[in-house]
Amino acid sequence: MILKNYSYRKLALTYVIWCSCWVGLQGFALHFTFGFPWRLALLDAAITNLLLALAGYAMISGMRFYQPNQVGRLLISVMFSGLCMLIFMQTMKGFEIEDPFYYEFLERSMVIRALYGWLMVSLISTISWLWSSVKEQQEMEVRNASTEKLAREAELSRIRQQLQPHFLFNSLNSISALAGSRPEQARKMIQQLSDFLRGTLKKDDQQLVTLSEELEHLNLYLEIEKVRFGHRLNTSVVCDPAATAMKMPSLLLQPVVENAIKFGLYDTTGETEITIEGKSEDGYLVIRVRNPFDPGTSAPRQGTGYGLSSVQRRLYLLYARQDLLTTEQNENIFTTLIKIPQ
Amino acid sequence: MIKAVLIDDEPLARSIVAEYLQSYPEITIAQECNDGFEGVKAITQHKPDLIFLDIQMPKINGFEMLELIEKPPSVIFTTAFDEYAMKAFEAHAIDYLLKPFSKERFDKALQKWLSQRQQQVPQQKALLLSEEIRQPEEKNRIVVRESGNIRIIPINEVQYIEAYDDYVKIYTAKEMFLKKKTMSFYEQNLDPSQFVRVHRSYILQISHLTRIEPLEKDTHVALLKSGAKIPLSRAGYVKMKSVLGI
Repeated sequence: MILKNYSYRKLALTYVIWCSCWVGLQGFALHFTFGFPWRLALLDAAITNLLLALAGYAMISGMRFYQPNQVGRLLISVMFSGLCMLIFMQTMKGFEIEDPFYYEFLERSMVIRALYGWLMVSLISTISWLWSSVKEQQEMEVRNASTEKLAREAELSRIRQQLQPHFLFNSLNSISALAGSRPEQARKMIQQLSDFLRGTLKKDDQQLVTLSEELEHLNLYLEIEKVRFGHRLNTSVVCDPAATAMKMPSLLLQPVVENAIKFGLYDTTGETEITIEGKSEDGYLVIRVRNPFDPGTSAPRQGTGYGLSSVQRRLYLLYARQDLLTTEQNENIFTTLIKIPQ
Repeated sequence: MIKAVLIDDEPLARSIVAEYLQSYPEITIAQECNDGFEGVKAITQHKPDLIFLDIQMPKINGFEMLELIEKPPSVIFTTAFDEYAMKAFEAHAIDYLLKPFSKERFDKALQKWLSQRQQQVPQQKALLLSEEIRQPEEKNRIVVRESGNIRIIPINEVQYIEAYDDYVKIYTAKEMFLKKKTMSFYEQNLDPSQFVRVHRSYILQISHLTRIEPLEKDTHVALLKSGAKIPLSRAGYVKMKSVLGI
């Protein structure tokens, strides 16, 4: 912003200097070539160039809001210079100058003056157009760079969020254990982990996928978690046939389910059943994820807690609504409910 | 014969430790445990020389489990990347194995322990460690042992804490629990906007307070919802006023 102000000030200064130079030049010519007294010569030059400067300024300001094509610009500059000439003539007549040659000179120099005026106005408008387009180009580059940076950061944070280091290292540890005793299973788990990671990397944030595609990706994750936690973790996925083709943002479910698994497994000691249910309700895709918890030892939760806030944030960015992710606690069952508008 | 206990909630993670231990015929695995509760029982029952302990486990974490044991055995932590624990581990140079770990790394840890054991280096570091590093969930609960059972007290149920020799007494509305901890530990680790040390021997939770009454000249007493009366020292009264914003 400061930079912008600074360059506008610089532009205005250039403009004033440019204008004064022409006043000097024209006055000089009128005095020495045509022999008019200094006062008259400079008055003539000052008024001419002041009017042209105003016309030029009017054009520049106009072009900030409206960018005409080449022909339009030509017509406008002709119109402005003609208008300048008219005002100039009237002004000079108003001064009632005593020099008898001056008005005659004025009549005869009309054509040359008009041409000069038109040249000046087009020059000013062309330069300012060039300047503003360069400026715009620069601003666009800055904007593009920052958008790109934001997109990269978003992607990185998404990757970090998906690739919980805890999950990754514990999975690798399980593979290490299987490699000794059951190499076939180790190989299978490497495959599942790779497919899961690849799925996480290639999808982009804005992309919509069908519920069945999302569940396919989720299933890879669930299979890995089941190997890790063995018999303790049971999952069931129930889905309305009508809901399977409904669209949702990609990679949305995994953090929600991860949250449910952590909550379920670390808050109880026995077997944990996680249920995932997809339904079509009143034009929404409704997904419920349930996990057990121990109401006796868990402090009452405020808001959504754990990893759910980032999911809520993403839903807000996509749909501009805060009410799409809700949670409820019922005796010993914690439910996360997600609604996706269709 | 050296007795070891493995405590980890992931069966495969225990199996790799068991596999690596096969090359140490002098060490037998007394028991494998799924969580801290089983861990406390197994340690009480078998009195092992060495335990392999995971940190993130159901209900109570590895640090909390260690707190419940009177004389904990030597500990080798086995854990995945854990940003909270890493620093403390490094600072204390206690042995820990980052999952997944190699046989070489495992051997190194075990050799170190075996040689320390021969030189009879006291192994109290594990407890020091657990005093200093807190997992985020530990701010929400206090784990105590009560006649063989393990109880988890949600932090909002704690009314006040009273000093009692080497122990503290933790009072809820109906019960009192003993725990081997210091007052300054709780003063530092509990949420200071909720828990105020109002006296050399007392920390109370603001949400359980009903009113403060003057007792004698310069001394005050806090009345709790349960009817308990807590004396306030002069400094404690000043601190209380600043926390309450009066």
